Amino acid sequence: MEVKILSARFDIENANRIDVARQHGAYQTLDTLFAMEQADVIETVKASGLRGRGGAGFPTGVKWGFLPKDTGKPVYLAVNADESEPATFKDRYILVRDPHALIEGIIICSYAIGCHDSYIYIRGEYTSQVKILQQAIDEAYAEGYLGDRVAGRNFRLDVTVHRGAGAYVCGEETALLESIEGKKGQPRSKPPFPAVVGLFGCPTIINNVQSIASLPFIITNGADAYKAYGTEKSCGTHLFGISGHVEKPGMYELPLGLPLAEVIETVAGGVWKGRRLKGVIPGGSSTPVLTPDEVATVTLDYESMAAHKTMFGSGGIVVLDETVDMVKLVENLIAFYHHESCGQCTPCREGLGWMLKIVRRLLAGEGTVADIKLLRELCDNIEMKTVCVLSAACTMPVRSYLDKFRDEFEAYAIDGAPEQTELREG
Amino acid sequence: MSDRSQLLATGKSFAFDAETDAEFERLAARYPIRESMIMPALWLAQQQQGWISAETIEYVAERVGTYPAKVFELATFYTMYHLRPVGTYHICVCRTLSCYLRDKQEIVDFLADEAGIRPGQVSDDGRFSLEEVECLGHCGSAPVVQINGEFYEDMNVEKLRALLTTLA
Ligand SMILES: Cc1cc2nc3c(=O)[nH]c(=O)nc-3n(C[C@H](O)[C@H](O)[C@H](O)COP(=O)(O)O)c2cc1C
Ligand code: SF4
Ligand code: FES
Repeated sequence: MEVKILSARFDIENANRIDVARQHGAYQTLDTLFAMEQADVIETVKASGLRGRGGAGFPTGVKWGFLPKDTGKPVYLAVNADESEPATFKDRYILVRDPHALIEGIIICSYAIGCHDSYIYIRGEYTSQVKILQQAIDEAYAEGYLGDRVAGRNFRLDVTVHRGAGAYVCGEETALLESIEGKKGQPRSKPPFPAVVGLFGCPTIINNVQSIASLPFIITNGADAYKAYGTEKSCGTHLFGISGHVEKPGMYELPLGLPLAEVIETVAGGVWKGRRLKGVIPGGSSTPVLTPDEVATVTLDYESMAAHKTMFGSGGIVVLDETVDMVKLVENLIAFYHHESCGQCTPCREGLGWMLKIVRRLLAGEGTVADIKLLRELCDNIEMKTVCVLSAACTMPVRSYLDKFRDEFEAYAIDGAPEQTELREG
Repeated sequence: MSDRSQLLATGKSFAFDAETDAEFERLAARYPIRESMIMPALWLAQQQQGWISAETIEYVAERVGTYPAKVFELATFYTMYHLRPVGTYHICVCRTLSCYLRDKQEIVDFLADEAGIRPGQVSDDGRFSLEEVECLGHCGSAPVVQINGEFYEDMNVEKLRALLTTLA
């Protein structure tokens, strides 16, 4: 099932070094690239069907097309390497094992959109990773792939790494821009969209690491070669991160469209310890949970996920075995989003705190059935009333647990905390 | 880590050493506005001194050309800037989803009960400090622990016990 498009150089020793990467094809797209018109590059990316791999799945070429023309202002590219959505750990493989694919992708995108200054926003916790990335960038400068004349052409491109410092919300694209501008990572209201007013007030494209690293293959081999993978509407391949209760957790590159159940079974070795499946979080912590029945029918693409009322998200698949206490899991999730709220919208800042209190009350055996209803109402009242969707990234999944595993919440409300009973018995 | 509401003063003035200064200037040339340098400057200061003191805030403000209050604002918003000295070994344990599912609590309990290292605190001898943090981007090898920036994957109590003795 596994394929090697993005991961082609992942297993080659020292492929993070430019000489090794070059021996294995890095930077070979550039002759083709500079022979193309900028507009043709954008058309090719549109035709490839590539969609943003940061979570929202917006078509990449279409996004680039939103840039206003001839504004007289510089155009910026901000590469999103914040990778902080719980259960997401795919971009790190590109940053560490094949940073030159990312740099080559940045050259492609920058040429297409007319950008001369690109910033890579990398999460602060990636300490050794940022060193490897910076070393690759330094090598690319030394070999003439970055700087005043990219690959000998009349094209300047500078790439600067900007380190985050521990704030999930900075993965949200406008918070990321604020952070590069030296402010707190507080998302902006939209419109205006970043394509029009982005970094330093100028037109800006923000793309995920994996989206950008997908470009060299597309430009080298053409849109059709990319579309040969995946389904009609969900094209290409994705780095899926499988974690939680499976025998073989890890990162696997797969074409889109495979049946989730089969992937868990054959790629990830099945549910661990011979246990039964209880549910699957399909695309990072903010995506609604799927029950075993749903897991049996869903496929790993944008349409099937939407048909199952969840989202493809970031491709971070979390497998939950039969022992998982869904109420405790929900407590863990809300605690995350509450902690990461940037604080500028009252429904998010206060509401997520109320939700956390209520779940903790249930867990302590002091909740009532009315609390479950209250939680559900809070979800409905917080969502879509805030500047960014961080709040919805919490309420959408929480609602799915309340709806699909309601009996577990009721058990806490009616019978009290099960562990306390166990403790008293023991 | 820990109390983020107040700055501690060292009583000594702070300044970048020559190497750090060169890196500051290299980066400053990359941004069209000076404020963009607040975060990089705080990182450089923390690399040099280990944490961010009241004097560091003043110094960074001066170097960037902004108000200390703006620097303070960022130093408190972004949780990785230490506003207190941390232990020689600063241990971060991921508390989020995939690590939670694969028993991160056993690790936290072991550190508290056996090693006497509690979240948000520095051990009496100053060797260790512990922080429970959110997802570290290594969920496929959960649970994970990060010590002074280095990742330790697929952790369990035995492995951590052995690791701590090599650090001691
Ligand atoms: C709270 C929040 C956190 C996000 N975190 C990330 C992230 O860590 N990495 C990422 O690429 N996109 C993240 N996104 C999505 C970005 O806002 C944006 O859609 C994406 O970077 C665009 O790139 P793409 O079109 O290539 O996917 C996040 C969004 C929200 C609302
Ligand atoms: S929804 Fe939450 S994180 Fe997003 S802008 Fe509002 S307060 Fe900040
Ligand atoms: S959940 Fe622990 S590293 Fe992601």
